[in-house]
Amino acid sequence: MNGLAVLIPIALGLGLLGLAAFFWSLRRGQFDDLDGAALRIFVEDEEEAAP
Amino acid sequence: MTTVIALVERDFAVPDIRCAGCIAKLEQGLVRDRRIATARVNFTEKRVHLSCVPDAELPDLIGAFMALGFEAHPIGNALGDADPAAAGSRELLRAVAVAGFAMMNIMLLSVSVWSGAAGATRDLFHWLSAMIALPTIAYAGRPFFRSAWRALRHRQTNMDVPISIGVLLASTLSLYETATHGAHTYFDGAVMLLFFLLCGRWLDSVMRDRARGGITALLRNMGTGAMVLGADGKSRWIDATALEPGMVMLVAAGERLAADGAVIRGSSRLDLSLLTGESAPQLVRPDDRVHAGTLNLDAPVEIKVSAVGADTALADIARLMGEAAQGKSRYVRIADRAARLYAPAVHALALLAFVGWMIIGAGWHQSLLIAVAVLIITCPCALGLAVPAAQIVAAGELMRVGVLVKDGSALERLAEVDRAMIDKTGTLTLGRPEARDLERLAPHVQSLALALAQASRHPLSEALTRGLQALDVARADVHAIRETPGFGVEARWGDHVVTLGRPSDPIGGDALATQLSIDGALIATIRFADRLRPDARAAIDALRSDGIDVSILSGDRAAAVAPVARELAMTAQTGMSPQDKLAALARQSVTHKVLMIGDGLNDGPALAAGHASMAPGSASDVGKNASDCIFLGDRLMPIVATLRMARRTQAIVRQNFALAIGYNVIAVPLAFLGYVTPLVAALAMSGSSLLVVGNAMRLKRAIR
Repeated sequence: MNGLAVLIPIALGLGLLGLAAFFWSLRRGQFDDLDGAALRIFVEDEEEAAP
Repeated sequence: MTTVIALVERDFAVPDIRCAGCIAKLEQGLVRDRRIATARVNFTEKRVHLSCVPDAELPDLIGAFMALGFEAHPIGNALGDADPAAAGSRELLRAVAVAGFAMMNIMLLSVSVWSGAAGATRDLFHWLSAMIALPTIAYAGRPFFRSAWRALRHRQTNMDVPISIGVLLASTLSLYETATHGAHTYFDGAVMLLFFLLCGRWLDSVMRDRARGGITALLRNMGTGAMVLGADGKSRWIDATALEPGMVMLVAAGERLAADGAVIRGSSRLDLSLLTGESAPQLVRPDDRVHAGTLNLDAPVEIKVSAVGADTALADIARLMGEAAQGKSRYVRIADRAARLYAPAVHALALLAFVGWMIIGAGWHQSLLIAVAVLIITCPCALGLAVPAAQIVAAGELMRVGVLVKDGSALERLAEVDRAMIDKTGTLTLGRPEARDLERLAPHVQSLALALAQASRHPLSEALTRGLQALDVARADVHAIRETPGFGVEARWGDHVVTLGRPSDPIGGDALATQLSIDGALIATIRFADRLRPDARAAIDALRSDGIDVSILSGDRAAAVAPVARELAMTAQTGMSPQDKLAALARQSVTHKVLMIGDGLNDGPALAAGHASMAPGSASDVGKNASDCIFLGDRLMPIVATLRMARRTQAIVRQNFALAIGYNVIAVPLAFLGYVTPLVAALAMSGSSLLVVGNAMRLKRAIR
C-alpha cells in the first residue's frame, strides 16, 4: 500500500503532464500545418538577414 | 523610423504551394517587401499568413505574391478568423484528448482490479477511477448529451440517445457499486465508449474542415474589389463590400466585374460564360448594362456601379438556390437511419434483460447490473466509428487525385446516383478560350507571338502563351515592348516593328481572334475557341459503363451545343435559364437520383437541388459553394473516380455495419446471461472498433 501511495500519484501526474503538453501544443498551433513541418527541413535559412 | 506601427494580420490562399522550395521562396521573398513584416506559410491549408503595415493595400500585397510567381487570393477579413466550425472541431479534439487520458489511467487501475486486487485496494482503485471518470464524462460527454437532449425534445431518437443513457446509467450504477464495496464497476467501459465515439465525431469534423479549407482557397471572388475613380481624378482600390452605387469602376482587360452597373466609357467584350453559360463573348458599348462576375476580355472600360452585394443579379439566383437546397437537407445520413432502428432495439433489449432477471428473481441490483452491461456492450461504438472512418479515408484518397468532398453525407449521396446532368460551357468544355491551329504557324511567327503574348496579361495573350509553351516554342528576342490597352502589344524585332493585337476589322462574326503583323503587314490570324476537356469522351463513356445515364443541360444556344453533343453522343437540352435547369432536374428527380455537374452561376439552383452535385475548380463561387464536391484540373476523369470511390465507400460502410451486427449477435446473448464483466466489455469494445477501422483502411490506395 505504501508503494501505491507514491506510484499512483506519479502515474496520474505523468498522464496529466502529457495531457497538458498536448493542450499547450494545440493552442500554440503545432498541429496546424502537419505536412509543412515535414518539408521545412529542406528550407535553407537566410541566417544573416535576421535582425 | 523607430516608431512602432501596429501591424495588421492578413491571410491569403495560395493554391500553388507545392514543395519546400515554394515555402522558402514565399517566406523569404515576401519579407523583402518593405510593407510586409513577417510571412508564414501553412502548407497543409495552402495559406500564407502575413503581418503587414496597415496602409499596405490589397493589390500591392497580391502584387508582391505575383512578383514571386504565385497567385494569391485574400481570405477572410483583416480581423483574424473566428471560424465557428474550426473551433468546434478543436473542442472535439480536446474532448478526445481528455477522454483518452482518462481511459488510459482508468484502464491502468482496472487491470489491477481484474488481476485480483481485493478489499481496501480495490475500493481505493474504484474511488480513484470514479474521481477520474466522472469529471471526464461531464466534460467529454457534452456533445452526446446535447445532441441526445435536442433529439428527445423534438420527440425523436438518434444514436446519441442510447449512448447518453448507457453512459449515465453505467456511471451512476458504478458509483453505487463503489460506495457499497461492489466487485464490478463500468467506469472504464463508459469512458472508453466516449473515447471511441469522440474519435468518430472528430474524424467527421476534420473531414469537413479540410474540404472547407480547400474550398476557401478556391473562392477567388472573396475579397475582390475594383479600382474606383475618385472625384479628384485619382483612382484607388476599394473592396467589393465597400462599393456603393454611383461609384465609377475602372475595369482592366482580364478583370472580373465586382458589381452590376452600366458602361459609361470604352467598349469591350465580356465573357458571360459563368453567368449564363453562353460561350460567345458579348460586345458592350456605353450605356449597356453589365453584371457582376463577368470577365472583361478586350479593353479597359469605365463602369458606373448601379447595384452591389445583395441587389445584384445574383440575388435572384440566390433565392432560387435557397428554395432548391431544402430538398437536400431532408436527406438522412446512413448512420442516423441505422440509429432509428438501432436505438429502440437497444433500449428494448436492456429493458428486457432487466425485466427478465427480475422475474427470475435475481434482485433489482443484479438485474440492473446486467441491463447496464447490455447497454454498454450494444452501444454503437463500432457503428459510430464505422461510417466516419471509411469516409475520411475515402475523402483523403480523393483529395490526392484533386477532388474535394465537402462532407460525409456527400459521399453517401454520390454513391446512390444513377443519372447525371452536365452543363456544357466550363464543365464539358474548358470554359476558357484556347488558341487554335498554332502548330500550323511558321516557327519564327510562333516565337514572335510568344514573346509578345508573354508581355501582356490580357486573357487572350495568356491563352496564346499557354498554347505556345505547350508546343515548346522558344521566345524570340524582341525589345522595347509596349502594351496599348484595348489594342495590343508592340515591340521591336531587329529592324522591324511587330504588333500583336485585336483584328483591324471584325472577322467571322463574334469569334475571338488576334492578329500578328510585321511592319504593318498582316502575317497571321490566330483564332480562339473554347474546347472540350481532353478526356471528356472517355469520362462520359466510363460513366455510361457504370450504369449512369448522362445528358447535357446547357444555357448556350443549340448551334453551339450541337457539336459537343454529337461528339460525346449525348442528348442535350439547350437555351435553358436557371429556372429551366431547376425544372428539368426536378422532373428527373421523381424517378432517379440525379447528379448535377456544372460550374456557372446559372447552374447554382440546379446544383443545390441535385441529389448530389459536382463542380470543376474553375467554377463560379456560387457553383463551388452549392456543390457537394469540387474537382480540380482540366480532366473529367476525377468525376468517375469520385463516383466509384463513393460506391466502394458505401460498400465498406455496409460491411462495417454487418461486422457490428455480427459482433452484437455474439455479445448480446453473453451480456443477457450475465457473463459480461467489465473486462469482457472492454475487450469486446476495443476489438470491434479496431476491426471496423481496419476494414475502412482498405479504402486507402483504392484509386490507382
